[in-house]
Amino acid sequence: MTGPPLPDGLVAIVKRDCPTCRLVAPVLAELADGALPLTVYSQDDPAFPDAVKVVDDTDLDVSFALELETVPTLLRVADGEIVDRTEGWLRPEWEALTGRAPLGPGLPEYRPGCGSRTLDPDVAAARAETTGAAHLRSRRVDLGEHEDDVEAAFERGWSDGLPVVPPTPERVARMLSGTTRDPGDVVAVVPPDLVECTIEKVAINAVLAGCKPEYLPVVITAVEAACTDEFNIHGLLATTYFSSPVLIVNGPITSAIGMNSGTNALGQGNRANATIGRALQLVVRNVGGGRPGGIDRATLGNPGKYTFCFAEDEAGSPWEPLHVERGAPAGTSAVTLFAGDGVRGVVDQLSRTPESLARSLAGCLRAVPHPKLALGFDALLVVSPEHASRFRDAGWSKARVRDELLALLQIDGDDAVRGAGGIDEGLPEGLAGATVPKFHDDGLLLVHAGGGAGLFSAIIGGWVNGPGGSQPVTREVKP
Amino acid sequence: MSAPRVLLDPTGEQAAPTRERAPRPASLDGRTIGLLDISKPRGDVFLDRLEEQLTGRGLRVQRFAKPTFSKPAPIDLRHEIGTKCDVVIEALAD
Repeated sequence: MTGPPLPDGLVAIVKRDCPTCRLVAPVLAELADGALPLTVYSQDDPAFPDAVKVVDDTDLDVSFALELETVPTLLRVADGEIVDRTEGWLRPEWEALTGRAPLGPGLPEYRPGCGSRTLDPDVAAARAETTGAAHLRSRRVDLGEHEDDVEAAFERGWSDGLPVVPPTPERVARMLSGTTRDPGDVVAVVPPDLVECTIEKVAINAVLAGCKPEYLPVVITAVEAACTDEFNIHGLLATTYFSSPVLIVNGPITSAIGMNSGTNALGQGNRANATIGRALQLVVRNVGGGRPGGIDRATLGNPGKYTFCFAEDEAGSPWEPLHVERGAPAGTSAVTLFAGDGVRGVVDQLSRTPESLARSLAGCLRAVPHPKLALGFDALLVVSPEHASRFRDAGWSKARVRDELLALLQIDGDDAVRGAGGIDEGLPEGLAGATVPKFHDDGLLLVHAGGGAGLFSAIIGGWVNGPGGSQPVTREVKP
Repeated sequence: MSAPRVLLDPTGEQAAPTRERAPRPASLDGRTIGLLDISKPRGDVFLDRLEEQLTGRGLRVQRFAKPTFSKPAPIDLRHEIGTKCDVVIEALAD
């Protein structure tokens, strides 16, 4: 056994909550007067049994060390070693173990014991957290006696402006139960400070964000995806533009952890959506050191910088899911990151044909990020169920919709060059007379989400695309 | 439940809150000056003018450029500047 050394003599472990323990209380009182010293540990009430001196084991250190399953358990200990052991109440065994007879003459011959408190599922889980917490490597921050824990997190700069859940070692250990990965594994090197971020650091920030342990694999995947050269979280953070990571989650994990892909999918009210996106932002802030006014130089920013995460409605979609389209095997779960600038609504309540609706969507997409600019920025189009049904009814595949939109989004250079329309902003003068595609062929992402009622879709504009900016990244979620 | 008294640090635990700057040279005489263009538009205009001024005073100048302003300078470039230059001037803005 590891743990406190056992005293020599007789050792009994009991709890008041157990009828058999209460039954043998008079026997323990008898044994207390014997030649062998008696030590009684109580799991739930240090005042029980009242006739003998009791050692408090309400923290269960001794009981866990003994791997107890039953109370009462009676041991005989010599030179620190257990030499005999019996569980429950069986008179002949107690008499043999103690060398005293008769014991408990008024008692029945046999009573089975009760379950040790260490087997209580809640107690066992809490113990695992405490044990796990002892192995965590992050710096311990001791709070002052009168310091409020939530205020302490604000004061230390760990918050995005909203209250955070204080990351106690126990909470972090519980969070880590959501992954099979070792807490010391390095997930990514996080800009701007280029700090190696371990699973443990992700877990701490997931606690801050309010995640449940089962969300952790999604958060880890998002951190990995954000810190790739393609996604370029450094540039995205440093830019004066609005953008920040938008997380689109696909696959069976979305329903397993209760993500929202339906009504108000891009809005508030779902814990998984809200806290997974927030956890990624907090990792960038806390581990990477990217803070507004520091490396984050956004002129205006956008509310999605608190959190912007949603699931695709795959079951109701007429199309293949985003992650499968982007190369993940069907049936897997994945996170796709897109550098998005916020949500602009598209209203079209009158189109009954896919052609008409495509023209509406194209007209609105043309304004990303300015009607006279082209090719520099990508866009994510979130198509709602009622809009998607126009395409479904006509048999338009996702590729067909994208091709039709790209074809409609050819910009006449004469209208878009600098100075045209009395607007200085625009394409270089040399493109006068040319036709310029608004988007690259791969610059338009389509996903399906939203509530069943509403002839609206949403455009989420991108940031500078290509190798100098940010490219969407899809990563499979691993347990 | 009583308020928790120990929290785990969620930050990157960068050891010192402030870092010592490299000592500043008292004079540029005899020093090699790196001019780093981060590839923002018109940064080169600014650096061209600086180069004129510095070489006009008989100082040695070397020019460098980041591949893109949106990403940190590649480590090889940082190393090259560190080994070739005594001081560096960066053109940051548009």
